[in-house]
Amino acid sequence: MVSPLIIKKVLIFGFLSLKFNMSKKILFIEDEFSLQRTIGELLRKEGYEVFSSLDGKSGVEIAKKEKPDLILLDLILPHLSGFEVLEELKKEESTKEIPVIVLTNLEGLEDVQRALELGALFYLVKSNYTPQEIVEKVNEFFK
Amino acid sequence: MVNFLEDLNLKKKCKKYSLPLWQCPDFLFLILGIIIIFIILATFAVLLNKVKDVRTVLLIILSLTAFLMIVDYIIIKSFERMADTTRLQLDFIHIISHQLKTPVTNIAFILDFLSSEKEKITPQTEKEYFNMIKENNERMRALVKNILTVAKLEAGVLEIKKEKVNLKEIVKERLKDYQLFSQSLNINIEAKIPEKEIQVEADPFWLKEVINNLLDNALKFSRGKVKVSLSENDKKILFEVEDDGPGIPKDEQKYIFQKFFQVKDGSSHALTGSGLGLYLSKKLINLMGGEIGFSSYYQKGSNFWFSFPKI
Repeated sequence: MVSPLIIKKVLIFGFLSLKFNMSKKILFIEDEFSLQRTIGELLRKEGYEVFSSLDGKSGVEIAKKEKPDLILLDLILPHLSGFEVLEELKKEESTKEIPVIVLTNLEGLEDVQRALELGALFYLVKSNYTPQEIVEKVNEFFK
Repeated sequence: MVNFLEDLNLKKKCKKYSLPLWQCPDFLFLILGIIIIFIILATFAVLLNKVKDVRTVLLIILSLTAFLMIVDYIIIKSFERMADTTRLQLDFIHIISHQLKTPVTNIAFILDFLSSEKEKITPQTEKEYFNMIKENNERMRALVKNILTVAKLEAGVLEIKKEKVNLKEIVKERLKDYQLFSQSLNINIEAKIPEKEIQVEADPFWLKEVINNLLDNALKFSRGKVKVSLSENDKKILFEVEDDGPGIPKDEQKYIFQKFFQVKDGSSHALTGSGLGLYLSKKLINLMGGEIGFSSYYQKGSNFWFSFPKI
Protein backbone atom coordinates (compact mmCIF):
# COMPACT_ATOMS: atom_id res chain seq x y z
CA MET A 1 0.00 0.00 0.00
CA VAL A 2 1.24 3.44 -0.85
CA SER A 3 1.66 5.68 2.14
CA PRO A 4 -0.50 8.80 2.15
CA LEU A 5 2.60 10.87 2.75
CA ILE A 6 4.06 9.85 -0.59
CA ILE A 7 0.75 10.58 -2.30
CA LYS A 8 0.77 13.96 -0.66
CA LYS A 9 4.35 14.57 -1.80
CA VAL A 10 3.53 13.52 -5.32
CA LEU A 11 0.51 15.77 -5.33
CA ILE A 12 2.46 18.73 -4.03
CA PHE A 13 5.22 18.08 -6.53
CA GLY A 14 2.71 17.80 -9.34
CA PHE A 15 1.05 21.02 -8.27
CA LEU A 16 4.36 22.84 -8.06
CA SER A 17 5.54 21.58 -11.39
CA LEU A 18 2.28 22.72 -12.92
CA LYS A 19 2.60 26.14 -11.43
CA PHE A 20 6.24 26.70 -12.22
CA ASN A 21 6.29 24.79 -15.46
CA MET A 22 8.78 22.46 -13.84
CA SER A 23 8.10 19.75 -16.33
CA LYS A 24 8.88 21.95 -19.32
CA LYS A 25 12.38 21.75 -20.67
CA ILE A 26 13.63 24.38 -23.08
CA LEU A 27 16.81 24.11 -25.09
CA PHE A 28 18.21 27.51 -26.03
CA ILE A 29 20.76 27.31 -28.85
CA GLU A 30 22.36 30.72 -29.20
CA ASP A 31 25.98 31.81 -29.52
CA GLU A 32 25.44 35.34 -28.26
CA PHE A 33 26.39 35.16 -24.63
CA SER A 34 24.39 38.23 -23.68
CA LEU A 35 21.18 36.68 -25.03
CA GLN A 36 21.91 33.41 -23.28
CA ARG A 37 22.14 35.36 -20.06
CA THR A 38 19.14 37.64 -20.42
CA ILE A 39 16.56 35.42 -22.09
CA GLY A 40 17.85 32.34 -20.29
CA GLU A 41 17.51 34.06 -16.94
CA LEU A 42 13.97 35.27 -17.67
CA LEU A 43 12.90 31.80 -18.79
CA ARG A 44 14.34 30.25 -15.65
CA LYS A 45 12.48 32.81 -13.61
CA GLU A 46 9.26 31.64 -15.28
CA GLY A 47 10.05 28.17 -14.00
CA TYR A 48 11.28 26.47 -17.13
CA GLU A 49 14.27 24.19 -17.06
CA VAL A 50 16.63 25.82 -19.53
CA PHE A 51 19.52 24.08 -21.25
CA SER A 52 21.98 26.42 -22.91
CA SER A 53 24.09 25.62 -25.89
CA LEU A 54 26.53 28.02 -27.52
CA ASP A 55 26.92 26.17 -30.81
CA GLY A 56 24.97 24.01 -33.22
CA LYS A 57 26.80 20.76 -32.70
CA SER A 58 26.40 20.57 -28.94
CA GLY A 59 22.84 21.87 -29.39
CA VAL A 60 21.91 18.80 -31.43
CA GLU A 61 23.60 16.53 -28.89
CA ILE A 62 21.72 18.05 -25.97
CA ALA A 63 18.46 17.82 -27.89
CA LYS A 64 19.03 14.09 -28.42
CA LYS A 65 19.94 13.54 -24.80
CA GLU A 66 17.42 15.73 -22.98
CA LYS A 67 14.46 15.63 -25.39
CA PRO A 68 13.33 19.17 -24.55
CA ASP A 69 9.72 20.28 -24.97
CA LEU A 70 10.79 23.29 -27.01
CA ILE A 71 13.90 24.48 -28.79
CA LEU A 72 14.77 28.13 -29.28
CA LEU A 73 17.22 28.25 -32.14
CA ASP A 74 19.47 30.95 -33.54
CA LEU A 75 20.49 30.60 -37.20
CA ILE A 76 24.00 32.00 -37.16
CA LEU A 77 25.96 29.55 -35.05
CA PRO A 78 29.45 28.11 -34.96
CA HIS A 79 30.08 24.47 -36.01
CA LEU A 80 26.60 23.84 -37.37
CA SER A 81 24.35 26.60 -38.64
CA GLY A 82 20.76 26.82 -37.43
CA PHE A 83 19.55 25.45 -40.74
CA GLU A 84 21.80 22.44 -40.36
CA VAL A 85 20.62 21.96 -36.79
CA LEU A 86 17.03 21.86 -38.08
CA GLU A 87 18.02 19.30 -40.69
CA GLU A 88 19.75 17.15 -38.10
CA LEU A 89 16.80 17.35 -35.72
CA LYS A 90 14.33 16.32 -38.40
CA LYS A 91 16.51 13.40 -39.46
CA GLU A 92 16.52 11.79 -36.03
CA GLU A 93 13.40 9.90 -34.98
CA SER A 94 13.70 10.95 -31.32
CA THR A 95 14.00 14.68 -32.02
CA LYS A 96 11.73 14.91 -35.05
CA GLU A 97 8.67 16.00 -33.11
CA ILE A 98 10.29 18.66 -30.92
CA PRO A 99 8.84 22.06 -31.81
CA VAL A 100 11.44 24.65 -32.82
CA ILE A 101 11.10 28.42 -32.61
CA VAL A 102 13.70 30.25 -34.67
CA LEU A 103 15.05 33.33 -32.96
CA THR A 104 17.42 35.27 -35.18
CA ASN A 105 18.44 38.57 -36.66
CA LEU A 106 18.35 37.28 -40.21
CA GLU A 107 15.27 38.61 -41.91
CA GLY A 108 15.67 37.79 -45.57
CA LEU A 109 12.53 36.23 -47.02
CA GLU A 110 14.64 33.35 -48.27
CA ASP A 111 15.88 32.61 -44.77
CA VAL A 112 12.37 32.67 -43.34
CA GLN A 113 11.13 30.36 -46.06
CA ARG A 114 14.03 27.98 -45.68
CA ALA A 115 13.66 27.76 -41.92
CA LEU A 116 9.90 27.13 -42.14
CA GLU A 117 10.39 24.54 -44.87
CA LEU A 118 12.89 22.77 -42.66
CA GLY A 119 10.21 22.47 -40.03
CA ALA A 120 10.54 25.51 -37.76
CA LEU A 121 7.29 26.40 -36.05
CA PHE A 122 7.73 30.16 -35.73
CA TYR A 123 10.27 32.62 -37.00
CA LEU A 124 10.99 35.52 -34.66
CA VAL A 125 13.30 38.37 -35.61
CA LYS A 126 15.12 39.35 -32.43
CA SER A 127 15.31 43.05 -33.09
CA ASN A 128 11.51 43.25 -33.29
CA TYR A 129 11.02 42.03 -29.71
CA THR A 130 12.12 42.72 -26.17
CA PRO A 131 13.30 39.78 -24.04
CA GLN A 132 10.05 39.91 -22.04
CA GLU A 133 8.01 39.62 -25.22
CA ILE A 134 10.00 36.58 -26.28
CA VAL A 135 9.33 34.93 -22.91
CA GLU A 136 5.64 35.76 -23.35
CA LYS A 137 5.71 34.04 -26.74
CA VAL A 138 7.14 30.95 -25.10
CA ASN A 139 4.46 31.08 -22.39
CA GLU A 140 1.78 31.41 -25.04
CA PHE A 141 3.19 28.43 -26.83
CA PHE A 142 2.89 26.24 -23.75
CA LYS A 143 -0.66 27.37 -23.10
CA MET B 1 36.00 57.48 -80.89
CA VAL B 2 36.75 58.28 -77.24
CA ASN B 3 34.60 61.40 -77.41
CA PHE B 4 31.83 59.38 -78.94
CA LEU B 5 32.05 56.86 -76.12
CA GLU B 6 31.93 59.61 -73.54
CA ASP B 7 28.85 61.02 -75.23
CA LEU B 8 27.15 57.72 -74.77
CA ASN B 9 28.14 57.76 -71.10
CA LEU B 10 29.43 54.26 -71.51
CA LYS B 11 32.29 54.72 -69.13
CA LYS B 12 29.98 55.83 -66.39
CA LYS B 13 27.67 52.90 -66.95
CA CYS B 14 30.53 50.46 -66.90
CA LYS B 15 31.82 51.93 -63.70
CA LYS B 16 28.41 51.33 -62.20
CA TYR B 17 28.73 47.63 -63.02
CA SER B 18 32.35 47.74 -61.80
CA LEU B 19 33.52 46.02 -64.97
CA PRO B 20 36.24 47.11 -67.42
CA LEU B 21 34.98 48.85 -70.56
CA TRP B 22 35.48 45.92 -72.93
CA GLN B 23 33.39 43.64 -70.73
CA CYS B 24 30.57 46.11 -70.36
CA PRO B 25 27.36 44.95 -72.07
CA ASP B 26 26.53 48.44 -73.40
CA PHE B 27 29.88 48.66 -75.15
CA LEU B 28 29.61 45.14 -76.54
CA PHE B 29 26.13 45.83 -77.88
CA LEU B 30 27.54 48.84 -79.69
CA ILE B 31 30.14 46.66 -81.41
CA LEU B 32 27.50 44.08 -82.18
CA GLY B 33 25.35 46.74 -83.83
CA ILE B 34 28.22 47.96 -85.98
CA ILE B 35 29.01 44.43 -87.14
CA ILE B 36 25.39 43.72 -87.99
CA ILE B 37 25.25 46.88 -90.09
CA PHE B 38 28.41 45.71 -91.89
CA ILE B 39 26.89 42.35 -92.67
CA ILE B 40 23.67 43.88 -93.95
CA LEU B 41 25.62 46.26 -96.19
CA ALA B 42 27.77 43.43 -97.50
CA THR B 43 24.69 41.34 -98.27
CA PHE B 44 23.10 44.24 -100.11
CA ALA B 45 26.28 44.77 -102.05
CA VAL B 46 26.18 41.17 -103.24
CA LEU B 47 22.48 41.31 -104.03
CA LEU B 48 22.88 44.47 -106.04
CA ASN B 49 25.88 42.99 -107.85
CA LYS B 50 27.96 45.96 -106.84
CA VAL B 51 30.78 43.64 -105.91
CA LYS B 52 31.73 41.21 -108.57
CA ASP B 53 33.75 38.73 -106.58
CA VAL B 54 31.11 36.86 -104.55
CA ARG B 55 33.66 34.67 -102.82
CA THR B 56 35.42 37.61 -101.19
CA VAL B 57 32.10 38.89 -99.87
CA LEU B 58 31.16 35.48 -98.57
CA LEU B 59 34.49 35.24 -96.83
CA ILE B 60 33.95 38.64 -95.22
CA ILE B 61 30.47 37.66 -94.07
CA LEU B 62 31.72 34.37 -92.70
CA SER B 63 34.54 35.92 -90.76
CA LEU B 64 32.25 38.63 -89.47
CA THR B 65 29.76 35.98 -88.33
CA ALA B 66 32.49 34.18 -86.48
CA PHE B 67 33.50 37.42 -84.85
CA LEU B 68 29.88 38.08 -84.00
CA MET B 69 29.64 34.77 -82.22
CA ILE B 70 32.69 35.61 -80.16
CA VAL B 71 31.25 38.99 -79.21
CA ASP B 72 28.00 37.27 -78.37
CA TYR B 73 29.80 34.87 -76.10
CA ILE B 74 31.58 37.73 -74.35
CA ILE B 75 28.28 39.53 -73.85
CA ILE B 76 26.72 36.51 -72.22
CA LYS B 77 29.77 36.11 -69.99
CA SER B 78 29.70 39.77 -69.00
CA PHE B 79 26.03 39.53 -68.10
CA GLU B 80 26.86 36.59 -65.91
CA ARG B 81 29.57 38.62 -64.22
CA MET B 82 27.18 41.49 -63.73
CA ALA B 83 24.74 39.14 -62.08
CA ASP B 84 27.62 38.00 -59.86
CA THR B 85 28.38 41.55 -58.75
CA THR B 86 24.75 42.27 -57.99
CA ARG B 87 24.52 39.01 -56.11
CA LEU B 88 27.58 39.94 -54.07
CA GLN B 89 26.08 43.32 -53.33
CA LEU B 90 22.79 41.79 -52.24
CA ASP B 91 24.67 39.29 -50.09
CA PHE B 92 26.53 42.20 -48.60
CA ILE B 93 23.34 44.04 -47.62
CA HIS B 94 21.97 40.82 -46.17
CA ILE B 95 25.11 40.17 -44.14
CA ILE B 96 25.81 43.72 -43.08
CA SER B 97 22.28 44.27 -41.82
CA HIS B 98 22.56 41.14 -39.72
CA GLN B 99 25.98 42.16 -38.45
CA LEU B 100 24.90 45.67 -37.57
CA LYS B 101 21.71 44.52 -35.91
CA THR B 102 23.23 41.85 -33.70
CA PRO B 103 25.25 44.03 -31.30
CA VAL B 104 22.48 46.61 -31.14
CA THR B 105 19.92 43.95 -30.29
CA ASN B 106 22.22 42.47 -27.69
CA ILE B 107 22.69 45.82 -26.00
CA ALA B 108 18.97 46.53 -26.12
CA PHE B 109 18.23 43.12 -24.56
CA ILE B 110 20.73 43.63 -21.78
CA LEU B 111 19.41 47.10 -20.98
CA ASP B 112 15.83 45.83 -21.00
CA PHE B 113 16.79 43.02 -18.70
CA LEU B 114 18.72 45.29 -16.34
CA SER B 115 15.87 47.76 -16.04
CA SER B 116 13.21 45.11 -15.45
CA GLU B 117 15.20 42.96 -13.02
CA LYS B 118 16.71 45.79 -11.03
CA GLU B 119 16.08 44.30 -7.58
CA LYS B 120 17.86 41.06 -8.28
CA ILE B 121 21.08 42.37 -9.69
CA THR B 122 24.15 42.16 -7.51
CA PRO B 123 27.23 44.34 -8.09
CA GLN B 124 29.01 41.26 -9.45
CA THR B 125 26.41 40.45 -12.12
CA GLU B 126 26.03 44.12 -12.86
CA LYS B 127 29.70 44.26 -13.78
CA GLU B 128 29.28 41.23 -16.04
CA TYR B 129 26.39 42.85 -17.86
CA PHE B 130 28.29 46.08 -18.30
CA ASN B 131 31.19 44.14 -19.77
CA MET B 132 28.81 42.50 -22.22
CA ILE B 133 27.51 45.90 -23.27
CA LYS B 134 31.07 47.10 -23.73
CA GLU B 135 31.97 44.09 -25.84
CA ASN B 136 28.97 44.51 -28.10
CA ASN B 137 29.67 48.17 -28.47
CA GLU B 138 33.24 47.35 -29.46
CA ARG B 139 31.98 44.94 -32.11
CA MET B 140 29.70 47.57 -33.54
CA ARG B 141 32.47 50.13 -33.55
CA ALA B 142 34.85 47.81 -35.42
CA LEU B 143 32.27 47.03 -38.07
CA VAL B 144 31.33 50.66 -38.63
CA LYS B 145 35.01 51.52 -38.82
CA ASN B 146 35.54 48.90 -41.54
CA ILE B 147 32.64 50.18 -43.58
CA LEU B 148 33.81 53.77 -43.27
CA THR B 149 37.38 52.82 -44.20
CA VAL B 150 36.14 51.18 -47.37
CA ALA B 151 34.05 54.25 -48.18
CA LYS B 152 37.05 56.53 -47.66
CA LEU B 153 39.31 54.28 -49.66
CA GLU B 154 36.93 54.27 -52.58
CA ALA B 155 36.51 58.01 -52.44
CA GLY B 156 40.29 58.30 -52.52
CA VAL B 157 40.56 60.26 -49.28
CA LEU B 158 42.16 57.64 -47.08
CA GLU B 159 45.35 58.93 -45.50
CA ILE B 160 48.24 56.52 -45.71
CA LYS B 161 51.62 57.47 -44.34
CA LYS B 162 54.89 55.95 -45.40
CA GLU B 163 57.42 55.77 -42.64
CA LYS B 164 60.00 53.39 -41.26
CA VAL B 165 58.36 51.02 -38.82
CA ASN B 166 59.58 48.06 -36.87
CA LEU B 167 57.38 45.24 -38.11
CA LYS B 168 58.71 42.87 -35.46
CA GLU B 169 57.42 45.07 -32.64
CA ILE B 170 54.02 45.45 -34.28
CA VAL B 171 53.65 41.70 -34.76
CA LYS B 172 54.71 41.03 -31.16
CA GLU B 173 52.24 43.57 -29.85
CA ARG B 174 49.44 42.08 -31.94
CA LEU B 175 50.17 38.58 -30.70
CA LYS B 176 50.07 39.81 -27.15
CA ASP B 177 46.68 41.40 -27.76
CA TYR B 178 45.37 38.19 -29.27
CA GLN B 179 46.68 35.91 -26.55
CA LEU B 180 43.59 35.97 -24.34
CA PHE B 181 41.19 35.77 -27.24
CA SER B 182 42.91 32.75 -28.78
CA GLN B 183 43.02 31.04 -25.39
CA SER B 184 39.31 31.54 -24.96
CA LEU B 185 38.82 29.79 -28.32
CA ASN B 186 41.19 27.00 -27.30
CA ILE B 187 43.50 27.81 -30.19
CA ASN B 188 47.24 27.70 -29.87
CA ILE B 189 49.16 30.44 -31.71
CA GLU B 190 52.66 29.34 -32.58
CA ALA B 191 54.88 32.31 -33.40
CA LYS B 192 58.22 32.31 -35.21
CA ILE B 193 59.74 35.76 -34.94
CA PRO B 194 63.42 36.57 -35.52
CA GLU B 195 65.56 38.18 -32.84
CA LYS B 196 66.69 41.20 -34.80
CA GLU B 197 64.70 44.25 -35.77
CA ILE B 198 62.78 44.14 -39.03
CA GLN B 199 62.11 47.45 -40.68
CA VAL B 200 59.63 48.18 -43.42
CA GLU B 201 58.31 51.34 -44.97
CA ALA B 202 54.60 51.50 -44.27
CA ASP B 203 51.85 53.05 -42.20
CA PRO B 204 51.91 51.45 -38.72
CA PHE B 205 48.21 52.03 -38.13
CA TRP B 206 47.06 50.28 -41.28
CA LEU B 207 49.67 47.59 -40.91
CA LYS B 208 48.14 46.75 -37.55
CA GLU B 209 44.69 46.60 -39.11
CA VAL B 210 45.87 44.17 -41.77
CA ILE B 211 47.59 41.91 -39.23
CA ASN B 212 44.47 41.99 -37.04
CA ASN B 213 42.43 41.00 -40.01
CA LEU B 214 44.59 38.05 -41.00
CA LEU B 215 44.70 36.84 -37.38
CA ASP B 216 40.94 37.22 -37.03
CA ASN B 217 40.37 35.12 -40.12
CA ALA B 218 42.84 32.45 -39.07
CA LEU B 219 41.27 32.18 -35.61
CA LYS B 220 37.79 32.12 -37.09
CA PHE B 221 38.49 29.12 -39.30
CA SER B 222 41.18 27.32 -37.32
CA ARG B 223 40.57 23.95 -35.72
CA GLY B 224 43.07 24.51 -32.96
CA LYS B 225 46.40 25.63 -34.35
CA VAL B 226 47.57 28.87 -35.95
CA LYS B 227 51.13 29.55 -37.06
CA VAL B 228 52.48 33.08 -37.38
CA SER B 229 55.88 33.76 -38.83
CA LEU B 230 57.98 36.75 -39.75
CA SER B 231 61.02 36.21 -41.93
CA GLU B 232 63.32 37.97 -44.36
CA ASN B 233 65.59 37.14 -47.22
CA ASP B 234 67.89 39.50 -49.11
CA LYS B 235 65.04 41.05 -51.09
CA LYS B 236 61.84 40.75 -49.12
CA ILE B 237 60.26 40.76 -45.73
CA LEU B 238 57.55 38.20 -45.35
CA PHE B 239 54.76 37.89 -42.79
CA GLU B 240 52.65 34.74 -42.78
CA VAL B 241 49.60 33.46 -40.95
CA GLU B 242 48.72 29.83 -41.36
CA ASP B 243 45.61 28.08 -40.07
CA ASP B 244 44.49 24.46 -40.05
CA GLY B 245 40.92 25.28 -41.05
CA PRO B 246 38.76 23.96 -43.88
CA GLY B 247 40.69 25.84 -46.58
CA ILE B 248 39.21 27.65 -49.55
CA PRO B 249 37.58 25.63 -52.33
CA LYS B 250 39.57 25.98 -55.56
CA ASP B 251 36.83 27.56 -57.64
CA GLU B 252 36.29 30.26 -55.01
CA GLN B 253 39.96 31.17 -54.62
CA LYS B 254 39.97 33.74 -57.39
CA TYR B 255 37.30 35.79 -55.63
CA ILE B 256 38.94 35.86 -52.23
CA PHE B 257 40.09 39.49 -52.32
CA GLN B 258 36.89 40.73 -53.91
CA LYS B 259 34.72 43.11 -52.01
CA PHE B 260 31.82 41.43 -50.15
CA PHE B 261 33.00 37.97 -51.08
CA GLN B 262 32.68 35.23 -48.47
CA VAL B 263 33.37 31.56 -48.86
CA LYS B 264 30.17 29.56 -48.85
CA ASP B 265 31.20 26.43 -47.03
CA GLY B 266 27.75 25.62 -45.75
CA SER B 267 28.60 26.65 -42.23
CA SER B 268 27.74 29.99 -40.78
CA HIS B 269 31.32 31.27 -40.79
CA ALA B 270 30.37 33.42 -43.72
CA LEU B 271 27.90 35.39 -41.71
CA THR B 272 30.23 36.36 -38.94
CA GLY B 273 32.28 38.72 -41.08
CA SER B 274 31.50 41.68 -43.24
CA GLY B 275 33.14 40.48 -46.45
CA LEU B 276 35.33 43.54 -46.32
CA GLY B 277 38.39 42.40 -44.37
CA LEU B 278 40.50 40.83 -47.08
CA TYR B 279 39.40 43.33 -49.69
CA LEU B 280 40.51 46.11 -47.38
CA SER B 281 43.75 44.32 -46.49
CA LYS B 282 44.74 43.90 -50.12
CA LYS B 283 44.02 47.52 -50.98
CA LEU B 284 45.92 48.78 -47.94
CA ILE B 285 48.98 46.59 -48.48
CA ASN B 286 49.13 47.53 -52.15
CA LEU B 287 48.82 51.23 -51.33
CA MET B 288 51.71 50.90 -48.89
CA GLY B 289 53.83 49.28 -51.60
CA GLY B 290 53.63 45.65 -50.52
CA GLU B 291 52.16 42.49 -51.88
CA ILE B 292 49.57 40.16 -50.41
CA GLY B 293 48.54 36.64 -51.32
CA PHE B 294 47.62 33.22 -50.06
CA SER B 295 47.79 29.53 -50.71
CA SER B 296 45.08 27.21 -49.58
CA TYR B 297 44.41 23.52 -49.66
CA TYR B 298 40.89 22.28 -49.27
CA GLN B 299 40.34 20.62 -45.89
CA LYS B 300 43.96 21.27 -44.90
CA GLY B 301 44.15 24.98 -44.21
CA SER B 302 45.12 28.34 -45.62
CA ASN B 303 48.27 30.41 -45.52
CA PHE B 304 47.87 34.16 -45.94
CA TRP B 305 50.95 36.31 -46.34
CA PHE B 306 52.07 39.83 -47.14
CA SER B 307 55.51 41.02 -48.10
CA PHE B 308 57.37 44.29 -48.34
CA PRO B 309 60.56 45.09 -50.21
CA LYS B 310 63.57 45.36 -47.94
CA ILE B 311 64.82 48.85 -47.20
